[in-house]
Amino acid sequence: MLNISQLHKSYPIGDSSLHVLKGIDLSVEDGEMVAIMGSSGSGKSTLLNIIGMLDEADSGDYILDGLQIKDLTEKKAAVYRNKFLGFIFQSFNLINYKNALENVALPLYYQGMKRKERQELAMFHLEKVGLTDWAEHLPNELSGGQKQRVAIARALAANPKLLLADEPTGALDTTTSYEIMEFIQQLNDEGKTILMVTHEEDIANMCKRIVRLRDGVIMEDKKIEQVRAGHHV
Amino acid sequence: MIKFLFDRDTWQEVYDSMSKNKLRTIITMIGVWWGILLLIGLLGSARGMENSFNRLFGDFATNSVFIWGQSTGRPFKGFQEGRRVRLSLSDAKKVEENIEGIEFVVPRNQNQSLVVRNFLSENFSVAGDYPLLDAVEKKKLIHGRFINQNDMDEKKKVAVISDDVYKQLFKKDEKAIGEYIQINNINYTVIGIFEEGKISMGPSINIHIPFTTFQQVYNQGEQIGWMMITGKEGYDIVQIETDSKLLLKNLNDIHPRDNRALGSANAGKEIGKVTGFLTGMQFLTWFVGIATLIAGVFAIGNILLITVKERTKEIGVRRALGATPFEIKRQIVVEAVFLTLVAGLFGIITGGWILILLDKLYGQGDDAVLVNASVSILIVFVALLILVTLGTLIGLIPAFKATSIKPIEALREE
Repeated sequence: MLNISQLHKSYPIGDSSLHVLKGIDLSVEDGEMVAIMGSSGSGKSTLLNIIGMLDEADSGDYILDGLQIKDLTEKKAAVYRNKFLGFIFQSFNLINYKNALENVALPLYYQGMKRKERQELAMFHLEKVGLTDWAEHLPNELSGGQKQRVAIARALAANPKLLLADEPTGALDTTTSYEIMEFIQQLNDEGKTILMVTHEEDIANMCKRIVRLRDGVIMEDKKIEQVRAGHHV
Repeated sequence: MIKFLFDRDTWQEVYDSMSKNKLRTIITMIGVWWGILLLIGLLGSARGMENSFNRLFGDFATNSVFIWGQSTGRPFKGFQEGRRVRLSLSDAKKVEENIEGIEFVVPRNQNQSLVVRNFLSENFSVAGDYPLLDAVEKKKLIHGRFINQNDMDEKKKVAVISDDVYKQLFKKDEKAIGEYIQINNINYTVIGIFEEGKISMGPSINIHIPFTTFQQVYNQGEQIGWMMITGKEGYDIVQIETDSKLLLKNLNDIHPRDNRALGSANAGKEIGKVTGFLTGMQFLTWFVGIATLIAGVFAIGNILLITVKERTKEIGVRRALGATPFEIKRQIVVEAVFLTLVAGLFGIITGGWILILLDKLYGQGDDAVLVNASVSILIVFVALLILVTLGTLIGLIPAFKATSIKPIEALREE
C-alpha cells in the first residue's frame, strides 16, 4: 500500500534550517492500522503531511499504491488526494457555512460527481456514522464528537485507499474519543488502511502497530495487540 | 466553462459563501454601488447642465459673427473722418465669395417701428430677413411658419412675430395666424409666431418680415443694416471676422487700421468661453467619476483580499479534499464578478432614480438648472465592465496567493 524509504525533510528557519525528518523508512500493508507517536517536534505531523501529499519531501522515495509520488504539480496532487486519501483533522476542519451533508459531499463535488448521486452517496456515509438526522445541521450545531463523525464521513465519501488522521481525538473528551476510535476500528475491520498521528498512549494502543518517532528518526516500530475501544465505552 | 457557469453547484457555492460572509458582501456591494451611483449622478448632472446651456442658446449658430457699418474713425482716400459707412448687398455677396471658411452670409435690415393692432400699439424692432436666417439662427416656431422664398420673390407683406409681440397685441389664446398687424401704417399678415430665446447673441428682433419687403417699404435700395456671417465647421470664426472686415474696409474705402468704422459682435468668442467652462466641468466630472471608480475597484480588491485571507483555512480544507488551484481561483473570480455585477446593476438602477429625482427637483420649467439630466447607457456599462474587470483582477491577487501557499500551511493557520 505504502512504501517510504530514506525520506528527508527540512524547514528553513531564518538562515539555518531545521532538519525534521532524517531518513525515514516505513512501509504499510493493506488493512493495517498504524499509530505514529512522538513528542511534539519529533516530525510525526510532517511525516503525515508528506504521506498526505500536503507537503513534499526534500529527498527519498514515496510510493503510494504502486505510484511514485514525486514532483507533483498542485493539480495532480489535488487529484491524487481526492482519489487516494481521506483526511481527518484534530480540529475537524468542516466548512462552517455548509451543513453536514454538504460537507460530506464536498470531495465528491471535486470529483465532478452529479449533484443527485453526490447527495445520495453523502447521505449513505452520514448514515454509516449515525448522523442521518443531523444532515441538515450546520457544524456549529453539532457536538465535537458529531463533528468528527461528519469529518470521518467526509473522509470516507470518496472511498479512499488510505485514511489519514491527525490527532483525531485531540479535541475530544475521553468518552467521545473512545467512541470515535471504536468507529475507526470498525472501518479498519472492514479493510480500510488507517494511519494516525497521536501522542496519547491509550489511543495508540487501539491501533495494530505503533511507530515511534524521535528527532526525525524512527525509534521503534512494533506490532501490538489491539485494544478494542468498545471495552472502554 | 460554460457548463460551469450554468451549474447549480457553482451558484450554490457563491450563494453559500456570500450569505455566510454577509458583512463583507454588503460592504463590497456598497462600495461598488456607491461608485456607480456617483458616476451616474455626476455624469447626469453635467449633461443636464450642458443641455440647459444649450437650451439657453437655442440652436443659434455658435460660430457666427455680426458685422455692421458705423462711422469712420480715420480720414482715408480723401474722405473725412466721421463718414457714415453703409454696407450693401454686394458687400455681403463679395464677403461670401472671397472669404475662406464661410458657410452663410445673411444680410439684414432693421429698425424700430410702431406696431398697431386694433387699439393696441407698441414699439418693436422689425427686421427684414432672408429665409436663410432660419438655418443660421433656428427659430423656434410655436405656430405657423418662417419667411420663405416665395414671400421674398413676391415681396409679400407678411410678418413672423415673437411670442412677446403676440402677448402684447393679442388676447390670450386668440388666433393670430392670418390676422393683420400694422407696422408703420402698413398692414402685414401674421404667418408665424416664434419663441424668443433666453439669450440671443445678436440684437433681439421682435418681428421678422421678408428682406425684399423691408427693402421696398423703407426704400433701402441695396443698403443693408448688417450681415450675419457663419463659419463652416472647423474654421476659426475670429479669423473669419478679421478677414471679412478687412475686405469690407477695402470695398468701402475705409482705412485698414480704422477700428471704428465697422462694428461687430462675435458670438463664437462669447460662446467659446461658456463652452470652455462646460468642457472644464466635463473634464472634472470624468476625473471625479474615474477616481470614484478606481476607489471602488480598490474597495473590492481589498475586501476580496481580506476575505481570501479569512478563508485561507477553508481553502486549505478544500484542497485537502481534492480541489485544484484552478477550481479555487475560478470560484473566487466567479464570486467577485457576481458580487460586483449585481452591485453595479443595482447602482445603475438607483442611479437612474437619482436622475429622475434630480429632474423632478431641478429639471422642470423653462429656467431649469438641469435639462434632461441623463447618461449614455453605453458609458455606464463600460464603467461597470471596467469595475468588474479591475475588481476581479485585483481579486485574483489574493486568489493566487491563497493557492500558492501549501495546503498544509493554510490548514495550520488557526
